[in-house]
Amino acid sequence: MAHESTYQPATGFERWLDSRLPVVRVMHDQFMVFPTPRNLNYWWTFGGILTFMLIAQIATGIVLAMHYVPTPEHAFDSVEIIMRDVNWGWFLRYSHAVGASMFFVAVYIHLFRGMYYGSYKAPREILWILGVLILFLMIATAFMGYSLVWGQMSFWAVTVITNLFSSLDAVIPGLGTTLVQWIWGGFSVGAPTLNRLFSLHYLFPFVIFGVVILHIWALHVPGNNNPTGIDVKSDKETVPFHPYYTIKDGFALVAFILLFAAVVFYAPNWLGHPDNYVPANPLQTPPHIVPEWYFLPFYAILRAIPNKLFGVIALLSSIAILFFIPWLDTSKVRSTSYRPIYKWFFWAFVVTSIGLGYLGSQQPEGWYLIAGRLLTFYYFAFFLVIMPVVGWIEKPRRLPGSITEAVLGHEAPEAAPSPSPSPPPARKRKRAEEVL
Amino acid sequence: MASHETSLNPPLEPDDEPTRRDVILIAASGFAAIGAAAALWPLLDQMNPDASALSLSSTDVDISHVEAGQAITVMWRGKPIFIRHRTDKEIASAKDVVVDDLRDPLARNANLPESAPASDDNRAAKDREPWLVMIGICTHLGCIPKGQAVGDYKGEFGGWFCPCHGSQYDTAGRIRLGPAPQNLAIPPYTFATDTKLKIG
Repeated sequence: MAHESTYQPATGFERWLDSRLPVVRVMHDQFMVFPTPRNLNYWWTFGGILTFMLIAQIATGIVLAMHYVPTPEHAFDSVEIIMRDVNWGWFLRYSHAVGASMFFVAVYIHLFRGMYYGSYKAPREILWILGVLILFLMIATAFMGYSLVWGQMSFWAVTVITNLFSSLDAVIPGLGTTLVQWIWGGFSVGAPTLNRLFSLHYLFPFVIFGVVILHIWALHVPGNNNPTGIDVKSDKETVPFHPYYTIKDGFALVAFILLFAAVVFYAPNWLGHPDNYVPANPLQTPPHIVPEWYFLPFYAILRAIPNKLFGVIALLSSIAILFFIPWLDTSKVRSTSYRPIYKWFFWAFVVTSIGLGYLGSQQPEGWYLIAGRLLTFYYFAFFLVIMPVVGWIEKPRRLPGSITEAVLGHEAPEAAPSPSPSPPPARKRKRAEEVL
Repeated sequence: MASHETSLNPPLEPDDEPTRRDVILIAASGFAAIGAAAALWPLLDQMNPDASALSLSSTDVDISHVEAGQAITVMWRGKPIFIRHRTDKEIASAKDVVVDDLRDPLARNANLPESAPASDDNRAAKDREPWLVMIGICTHLGCIPKGQAVGDYKGEFGGWFCPCHGSQYDTAGRIRLGPAPQNLAIPPYTFATDTKLKIG
């Protein structure tokens, strides 16, 4: 949150630099002494983990690009050369490919954490919108990266996803076809397509990096939300970012890297698909094409709709709807911990998202198709009906008076009055336990 | 910025009357916008199919060895072309359809006007009823439907079945079931001789 600068240049050089480019001052104020709520739990460590993953992906990606050849004739072979001949190539490629999956694991946890604790609500709407924008860019980047392998799954993923745009032919005849041929640079997915996917796959991570800086900036204006969802009321409710959260984030990061390393070294192809070790063949579609696991829920939504154009609209809307939840959620209470009705709907939404992921990996037939449609209905109803309506009708539980009270229970002095509409007086001790 | 009135920083006009400065500002911004748009166009248009992709040679295909009930796949413009020599039974089932009841009632035949109805006559080769020539790309999301090989599952209508999302086409390549919006497209082609097909 905005606070007076406490930076004191210690040396002559620091004073000289500070009056020309106060970069050390910014780092000191924003990442050393930055006042951070004292009650952040481990769900708050994924921002740091995501920053690490972005840097790791850029680092491994840059070196992989030194060996990769973006042409249909050589792309698949160059990947195999990376795997077999290039020094440490197997490690770099598995780290990059598994890294993409781990990146999505972290971003989905980060996203659900933001949803659970109402981190998208005022005054953090811009912060949230930038986050959704990063998610979109990540999806595009991951998709393009997967295509570069130029195996069967790569090729047919590019074919199917670029053909999504041809659904615009139903709006203006010819528009979709024109757009798809512009994307392809030809009349089918081919050499020009692969080359531009490579160019953009190299570009997008740096765009993400730029938006991440804006995301952190937007975070540092209002400051962190916290598990109670109530505002910081005094300096006593915060601790400096360093060392308290550098240590906590660092510990979580090490645990996360352990998991990452376990997959890289013991199950590097666990999350991949064997068909992508078959070179791309434009004349044969594999019998069962599926996207990478992190796209499966959206793929299930696409397939749940029997109309091509509306299927594509549903697919895009399922992510774009996140932009609007700061205004779809009508509840004044941020943290779901204090929302007895919404809590159930929230966890049902988490289960629905996982269920859609499972259905996305199955053939869209019979029972799977019916379940896919039911879960797709709930997915959208959650945002469009449950978020506004539950916010209106729900009577939230009494909020603690302050973060201090939430952490220390009834011993802490009462701070400002609760924003809860009608606070029931009892149950104080239990409250603190539930928050923790 | 400080706003001392100097010769370099003259006082603003007292009212909202447009001045020469406004005209120059609007004109300059306008030209800059046009220039930027003009410079943007090459950056966008370079992605369109290039001259080598557009200068498409046509493909000649010898179909003399394709017996009734068989089908072959050839490449044209990087796309698979399905050529099927239909049996009498397949032709009969394709004709036994009310065109107006079809999901897509248009022929989608590049050799005919766009409004041509999707009758079997308009789908099959002209005066060569057994022959069906189509771009073998599902109109849903671009997968290659099954049905060319003898052992393939051909769907409920005996034509083609797309494994990706379950679209089913009949023996005239018309969409009958599933998410695809259109009949399989028919490329421009001519028969040079009875056994030689020229696509494109």
